[in-house]
Amino acid sequence: MNAESRPATLACHPWVAHVAIVTEVRSEIDSVATFRMRFRDPEIARQYRFLPGQFNMLYLPSCGESAISHSGPPENSGEDFWHTIRFVGRVTDSIAKLKVGDQLGVRGPFGSAWPLDACRGRDVIIMSGGLGLAPLRPMIYALIAQRESYGRVVLLHGARTPDTILYPEEISQWRDHGIEVELTVDRASNEWDGNVGVVPLLLDRLSNVRPSETEVVTCGPEIMMHYSAVSALGRGIPETSIWMSMERNMQCAAGLCGHCQWGPWFVCKDGPVFRYDTIRSLLKVRDL
Amino acid sequence: MTSATESQESNAAVVWLPRAIFQAFLDLLSADGYQIIGPRIEQGAIVYAPLERVEDLPLGWTDEQGPGLYRLKKRADEAAFGYVVGPHSWKRFLFPPQTDLMRSKQTDEGWDMSPVEPADDKYAFLGVRACELAAMEVQDRVFMTPMFTDELYQRRRSQSLIIAVNCTSAAPTCFCTSMNSGPKCHKGFDLALTELTGGFVVEIGSELGRRFTDRLMLVPVTTQREQDAAAAQQQAVDQITRTLDREHVQSTLKNRLNHKRWDEVAEKCLSCANCTMVCPTCFCSSVDDVTNLVDEEVIRQRHWDSCFNFDFSHISGGPVRDQTRSRYRQWLTHKLTHWVDQFGTSGCVGCGRCIAWCPVGIDLTEEARILCEDPAVPEEGQP
Repeated sequence: MNAESRPATLACHPWVAHVAIVTEVRSEIDSVATFRMRFRDPEIARQYRFLPGQFNMLYLPSCGESAISHSGPPENSGEDFWHTIRFVGRVTDSIAKLKVGDQLGVRGPFGSAWPLDACRGRDVIIMSGGLGLAPLRPMIYALIAQRESYGRVVLLHGARTPDTILYPEEISQWRDHGIEVELTVDRASNEWDGNVGVVPLLLDRLSNVRPSETEVVTCGPEIMMHYSAVSALGRGIPETSIWMSMERNMQCAAGLCGHCQWGPWFVCKDGPVFRYDTIRSLLKVRDL
Repeated sequence: MTSATESQESNAAVVWLPRAIFQAFLDLLSADGYQIIGPRIEQGAIVYAPLERVEDLPLGWTDEQGPGLYRLKKRADEAAFGYVVGPHSWKRFLFPPQTDLMRSKQTDEGWDMSPVEPADDKYAFLGVRACELAAMEVQDRVFMTPMFTDELYQRRRSQSLIIAVNCTSAAPTCFCTSMNSGPKCHKGFDLALTELTGGFVVEIGSELGRRFTDRLMLVPVTTQREQDAAAAQQQAVDQITRTLDREHVQSTLKNRLNHKRWDEVAEKCLSCANCTMVCPTCFCSSVDDVTNLVDEEVIRQRHWDSCFNFDFSHISGGPVRDQTRSRYRQWLTHKLTHWVDQFGTSGCVGCGRCIAWCPVGIDLTEEARILCEDPAVPEEGQP
């Protein structure tokens, strides 16, 4: 997508964070929680908008900054935005300790968005692995909000084990809103009587796919997205209808610091959402 | 300006600055509030640092360069700009190695986060070479994009006075002629000097530059001096022997990502990051927090970083580029080909610093040539 259609990043100075206050902490699966927050300055809260797929930089003074995707409803403003975070490093471990009323710095929104315009009037297949469902959730909310504007919507989601499936209650509600959901796990437990295996297999087996009428969006581990694209291509879906969200080290989020480079792209500003045909050759190169 | 008559003198584009009043010129810069940054000898190298006196310049010194080689040598004359380029570039003033970006303070309402206003430095850069003017234009495209602008860079760039110097000799590491970036200065300067015995032929590139030549009452150069300057500039062109097939490399290198040469160069490369530190266009940085002891005030600080550093590409699963092979590949492909995709210009200006300052003498022109030779086998993973 072009830069002009994106919501404005707050402040022209890309490095300066705005203070946000945690309003709710919801524990998800093990080592994962969703933080709802709002900007302390009401004017900034009012101005702030984001698109599904975009991310913020969350900052804890004296600790550091981490790029985290939006995981809440895109119609919300800076009064109420959500981030689902896995505690895996110095910064996110410190975010894990935040309680309601605590403050942090937020810069954003940054990056490209999921292709809602391209999906309009078409079937949408959402393929996610693990925490990859979080950056896709704003898109799911957007699809549900205007459900009649889209064709068939299918969520194909995989997790390592049944108890690491993200947002389980919400997934049930999405079914009620006209979204077909297929789940799979890598390792079953006693209570699990569903699918076992990788996410691309769900697409291999999905019936009534209309390849020329379908957009595929995928987020998860790079290898999972790679094979999801292979599966989509196998079903006859063109390269230009497959989209994925990439992860790289991001520090400035504005294409100034160089960390997130991937071939010709800055993942922070040209991505994180890329159309598959623009990155296909890069995905095949190790350690790029 | 052979056609210049007395009445046209103030409009002359090329004037003569006698060495005898060079100090008066420097004094005028200082009096106008400019901090002069120019070449000085420090620790056995010619670096860019504040100076005020003509005697601060590396009078009578030159540099001997080659792959992994840099030495100062005495010249037979007292030339002030008789060297080529050293380890410094002007980026250390426009994009300083360390910058404070944001300050967070604990208050009764919680954190107060505000930008650190950049210091209002006004520099006169003395001795900027053609390849360095090109490097500034490359970094302009990096730091002043339609989406985001680096305020410190923009402020310093817009209020700097640029006094360029045309090269009259070249090092064996130079290849600016291949990159269309030199050795003659064509644009992007306020004044451009060509050093001759007894003074400088001065081209005026801006009204700001003309103010100084007017106040010094400089007169048009003689035809003889203009010819001497052209001959001195041609001497630099004639001395350049190193080449890089710019357009071929730009279009080819991106298709050589799995070439075995990356493994071979990785056996030599120390991944020390010297090449990126001396490069006048490399712009990668990292940010860290510097805090006082009670955590009441935290400064977000940016410092130069390098794609050769192990942690540079770190994500939750570990560094993406955990091999020297992949880090060298990132640097070279970015510099010579992906930079064009990103910024519409090559990231290389042919200054040769990365060749001279590589501790093991890796030569990017040689690596690019080998990588872009006709491959024996088609590669997997070609776009």
